[in-house]
Amino acid sequence: MRVLYFARTRELLGAGQEDLCLPEGIREVGELRRHLCGLSPRHALALGDRQGQLRVAVNHHLVGEAHPLADGDEVAFFPPVTGG
Amino acid sequence: METWVELFQDSEAMATRLATWGPPSSAAGAEASFGGRVRADLAEEGEVEALRLEHYPGMTEAAMQGLAQAALSRFGLERIALLHRVGELAMGELIVAISVASSHRQASLEALTFVMDRLKEEVPLWKQVRVAGAWHWVDPKASDAAAAEAWCAQRP
Repeated sequence: MRVLYFARTRELLGAGQEDLCLPEGIREVGELRRHLCGLSPRHALALGDRQGQLRVAVNHHLVGEAHPLADGDEVAFFPPVTGG
Repeated sequence: METWVELFQDSEAMATRLATWGPPSSAAGAEASFGGRVRADLAEEGEVEALRLEHYPGMTEAAMQGLAQAALSRFGLERIALLHRVGELAMGELIVAISVASSHRQASLEALTFVMDRLKEEVPLWKQVRVAGAWHWVDPKASDAAAAEAWCAQRP
């Protein structure tokens, strides 16, 4: 699966994109986020979401932490949006 | 019933394309437009020298299309154009342009507010401002979130 990062989330992580295989036993967005947090201190910093501000999209739709995942999905993590 | 959604790298091109859109169908008795521009007083950090807009290629356009469709059906519009800049902008440049048409004026006027309120909540775009040579991310405003939420409460 492709994981994308935007704006401040991307800056904290130091990367805009990662390709990875959906790990065994990870079925939902929240589980993926916690798994990614464990990959490095920068991952934890970017995705730790202590304020509950982090947004997630799967295949271009905003979703919650309980949303199911499939291999081949495109997941994106980003801060609250500020367009307009 | 027509929706036109597009991202632009250049504000003049965006304004020109919108100006050449032509009149709506004869069923439309009302038209309304909104333009948002870059203000110099945008940041607590100081005077803004430039603005930058990051987007999520694919999702930004899809979210704008979904929002335009939602406005079209909720307000019974004849048509809607929702155009947004990405990339770097100077002071005073056009960031976003919306144009709508409907049979009567109430739908057009309300649709503009609806689209702006929802855009600020659900379309993947992120602003940065440059102050004294350094870029800072702009934080969303609580009032914007409240305004977007209010449209869910008052479904017609």
